[in-house]
Amino acid sequence: MASAEPAAPRGAAHFFAAPLSLLMRLVDWPMSALQRLIGERQMAYAFLLPNIVFFGLFVFLPLIINVVFSVTGGTALFPSQRPFVGGEQYAYLFDCGSFLDPNSCREDHFWRGVSNTARFTVFQVTAMVLFSLVTAVVLNMRIRARGFFRAVYFFPVLLSPVVVALTWKWILQRDGLLNAGITSLGGERILFLVDPSWAMFWIVFVSVWAHMGFYTLILLAGLQAIPADLYEAAEMDATPRWRVFWRITLPLLWPNMIVVIVLALIKGVQTFDEVFVLTGGGPGTATLMVVHYIYETAFSNQVQNFGLAAAASVVLGVVLFALTLAQLAASNRKGAA
Amino acid sequence: MQGRHWVSALALTAGLLASGVAFAQTTVRIAWYSDGIEGEVVSDLLKRFETQNKDIKVVLDQVPYKAITENLPVQLASGQGPDIARVVDLGGVARYALDLRPYLKDAGYWEKNFGPFLPWMRPAGDDKAITGFMTQLTVTGPLVNKTLFEQAGIAMPGAKASWDDWAKAAKAVATKVQAPFPLAMDRSGHRFFGLAISEGAKLFDTKGEPAVIDDGFKRAAQRVFDWHKDGVMPKELWGSVSGAAYRGANDEFKNAQVVMYVSGSWQIAQFDKTVGNAFDWVAAPSPCGAAACTGMPGGAGLVAIKATKNPEAVAKVMEYLASEPVLSEFYARSLFVPGHLGIAAKGLDYKDASPQAKAALKVFSDQVANLSPVAYALQGYVNNRIIFNAAISRVGQAISGETTLDEAYKRIASDIEQQIAERNKK
Amino acid sequence: MSLVTKLATARRKPGRWHWTDVAAYAYLALGVVLMFGPVLWLAMSSFKTQAGLLEFPPSLLPMSQQEVVVAGHAQPLPLFEVTMPDGSTRVLAQVRRIGIQAQMVDPANPAEVIRVAIDKRTPVREFKLATENYTEPLERFAFTRFLWNSVFVTVVATIITLIINSMAAYALSIYEFRGKNTVMLMVIGTLMIPITIILVPVYLVVTELGLVNSLWAVILPGAATPTGVFLLRQYMLTLPRDLIEAARMDKASEWQIYWRIVMPLAMPALAVLAIFSVMWRWNEFLWPLAVLTKTESYTLQIGLNAFQGELQTQWHYLLAMTVVTLLPVALVFVFLQRFITTGIANTGMK
Repeated sequence: MASAEPAAPRGAAHFFAAPLSLLMRLVDWPMSALQRLIGERQMAYAFLLPNIVFFGLFVFLPLIINVVFSVTGGTALFPSQRPFVGGEQYAYLFDCGSFLDPNSCREDHFWRGVSNTARFTVFQVTAMVLFSLVTAVVLNMRIRARGFFRAVYFFPVLLSPVVVALTWKWILQRDGLLNAGITSLGGERILFLVDPSWAMFWIVFVSVWAHMGFYTLILLAGLQAIPADLYEAAEMDATPRWRVFWRITLPLLWPNMIVVIVLALIKGVQTFDEVFVLTGGGPGTATLMVVHYIYETAFSNQVQNFGLAAAASVVLGVVLFALTLAQLAASNRKGAA
Repeated sequence: MQGRHWVSALALTAGLLASGVAFAQTTVRIAWYSDGIEGEVVSDLLKRFETQNKDIKVVLDQVPYKAITENLPVQLASGQGPDIARVVDLGGVARYALDLRPYLKDAGYWEKNFGPFLPWMRPAGDDKAITGFMTQLTVTGPLVNKTLFEQAGIAMPGAKASWDDWAKAAKAVATKVQAPFPLAMDRSGHRFFGLAISEGAKLFDTKGEPAVIDDGFKRAAQRVFDWHKDGVMPKELWGSVSGAAYRGANDEFKNAQVVMYVSGSWQIAQFDKTVGNAFDWVAAPSPCGAAACTGMPGGAGLVAIKATKNPEAVAKVMEYLASEPVLSEFYARSLFVPGHLGIAAKGLDYKDASPQAKAALKVFSDQVANLSPVAYALQGYVNNRIIFNAAISRVGQAISGETTLDEAYKRIASDIEQQIAERNKK
Repeated sequence: MSLVTKLATARRKPGRWHWTDVAAYAYLALGVVLMFGPVLWLAMSSFKTQAGLLEFPPSLLPMSQQEVVVAGHAQPLPLFEVTMPDGSTRVLAQVRRIGIQAQMVDPANPAEVIRVAIDKRTPVREFKLATENYTEPLERFAFTRFLWNSVFVTVVATIITLIINSMAAYALSIYEFRGKNTVMLMVIGTLMIPITIILVPVYLVVTELGLVNSLWAVILPGAATPTGVFLLRQYMLTLPRDLIEAARMDKASEWQIYWRIVMPLAMPALAVLAIFSVMWRWNEFLWPLAVLTKTESYTLQIGLNAFQGELQTQWHYLLAMTVVTLLPVALVFVFLQRFITTGIANTGMK
């Protein structure tokens, strides 16, 4: 935890903790009694229990219900009232002439969503890594008012996705601020959200705008952990700056980079609200994301097709799980490095 | 189950925290979304109701429209939800609607005044139930920027003008006064099918099953497609957003960038306020296609919900809101086209409206009687939103260049077929 | 002022400026504009009138047309700057507009009516804040109730989240027990599941528990976040084990160790989770919209979004209410930004 920053103010932390301490004292009595009964080792289960209960009820059980939904049809809400259809929903989703051409699929919107999400994620992760790296490097230079600038970049992280999208919609729409600027300079209005390539560019841009502060901090922490004497040695040898960056900074920063890449990847695949408010998935279906597709299938259509939506979400879940395993593998390798 | 017990204990505490007071009266809850000021108007009217009926408390839960389209069906399916709801997907909610007849003092009044609209809110197979009334009847049709026509020195097409006449005139005006958009049409199924039915779309086969793709439909789709290609229509509406999402051109019309805006009667109140005296705008009668000159009827209904615990109180509230004086006031203050035949026949005095808003309301009100029977059939069809959504979603894709129109036609047919099949799986 | 001087004199090393220093400050300055600008624009737009909001080109500041009271007219009349046929300009008040002609009067000489073509006049405007965008909805809605609900949900949910997640993280980092790997797999496996895709099943569970329309329906489902457990566990793994062993020697109960030793040490990580929990809860929209249907249980995000209709969105209200919900977040940030940013940098995010 090498950091040049002063430790977090304890006062603020105590503010959170103080009202709870009475409650904790009260809990100690039954917990100690329990410990005498089952022994110290088994207490792990007692500590896990509340989380498991909530997790089981509100995450695990719903996931199972989702699987049940995906093998049933109709529009009924309660699983018991839904007719069993076997793999029909999956078959419908995967009914494609060629998986590379969404047009050849029966449920083309799902595949368009998949391909858009894939493209978006790649662009977004690349841009995110690039910009947070540049920002972190700049913030790590011997600049004044570092705290202020760091806060500036972090600020949008705190905004809700809807606010982020609304803010940018107000700038990018046909009669928005950006077009006002362009026309006042004598240019033609650009339909940023109507042209497919521009729309994709802007959702990536806005996503990077909103989240790069968080990743910048992770990278900044990594940069600050790099021993200063390495740089001093390099400076003595009059090594060019780009070479120092390439040979020293980047390799030592690599573990943090992996965290950034993986988190941005997860975020990219899950993207929904921001894009939903900003472009509504359009133009056409150029920015329709797979989570948006699932949401729309389950809610927005007149026939709320929970079965098909659930099947799509199970497919997405499997992909996400694979990505998670990749993350585990990556972080294990990081540990070894 | 221990966890569940604990959770319900928590819920009980929360319930106490949330409610605070114990009600001795019956409570009736209305889920209500607003486009304009109608929420304020109805809550005024309900306050009056409460002073007359001390035993009934009416709570107006004002929600975003999203809650009505997306969440209300789920809530109703799970047996939750309000006692009364203001809904647009009348056919979809009809399954959960309460037949008010046993509780109404004068069912005849409802039959007489809401007759043509009652079937929209009936569950499939029922031809008698009275479940609600229209808080707003909407009619689609064009709003025209008259000042731009005057500035261009071009005469506005008359009452029976065709879509071609209008498109040509609007284009000429736009070129002359350098307005960017000759014609804008909401990205909405209702607007599109007004055009399609005018062009001769029949929508249903002889058995009453949907047969959406026919020559009339194709003519309409081709027109919209060409208008986008020729720059008559702006791409911002049909060419942006995906799926069934709605887009309107309110901003562009208000800024005098649109010569002719195909939208509907609900815009009047807003334009009266936002346009002010910046320019003159008028409502025009629906342009003609090959088969008819019609818009689409539509609107939001106030529907009683079957799951209510107090059907008598619900009926009382509904009766009050549907009574002629109350409803007249509601329509008049909200600047809505009346969905009440008696009021419509008498004509409504929109006291707060400007002369041009009054004139526009009259044009739309007069249209009600002239709408094509096909338009009424489509509005009354229980799965109509499946048709609307499929049409705009796919035609939109064609306009943004993702598919061809022929491909879109195939997709529309298969989308509709698949969704109806899913709904019928029992 | 001091910032400016600091910036001007700042450099990497006393002595010469390197071009990278210039580039760095240029980049940072651009960052300030790009990061704050859009939100500032949103905030300023929220003070424009409904008509002013839709204008193109948009005015930078909230402006509205100036009006004057003219003798003989009951209503104030809007002022225009008019280009006269002889090329001179005059400021006139408009009485009415008929088609493309406007009837105007000079406020100083109201008797004489001047006819002007409408494209020869431009409105005279003044700076004016449309504060009614804020006051009208706040008066109309049970704002304090919404605020209370939002605060209640945010605070209680955050406390519950912190407690149960730290308990689980404690168990997963300190103990060896059977099933530990299964639990870890569950936590990590669900790390990436967005709640959006299990909305319907969660709704079913909540209905079965009879929680619909209670604030607990919003609080409980998100309480056990895999992200929280993961974050806290990663941090607790770095805590020195001998402290815990020493406490056990002193006959401290497991609960006391958790509460008195591990929790204080994990404070930076807890703070980060607390901040994120507050953000999630305060901004949550889709889920509360599904389970809260009664006005008295609405949170701010639900209650203040009633301006989104089927066919029209009342943008002037919507923007104003967005700013209202943004304010607490901005305040929290202003006061705690240093704490937040250093906290994140210091947790086990690496």
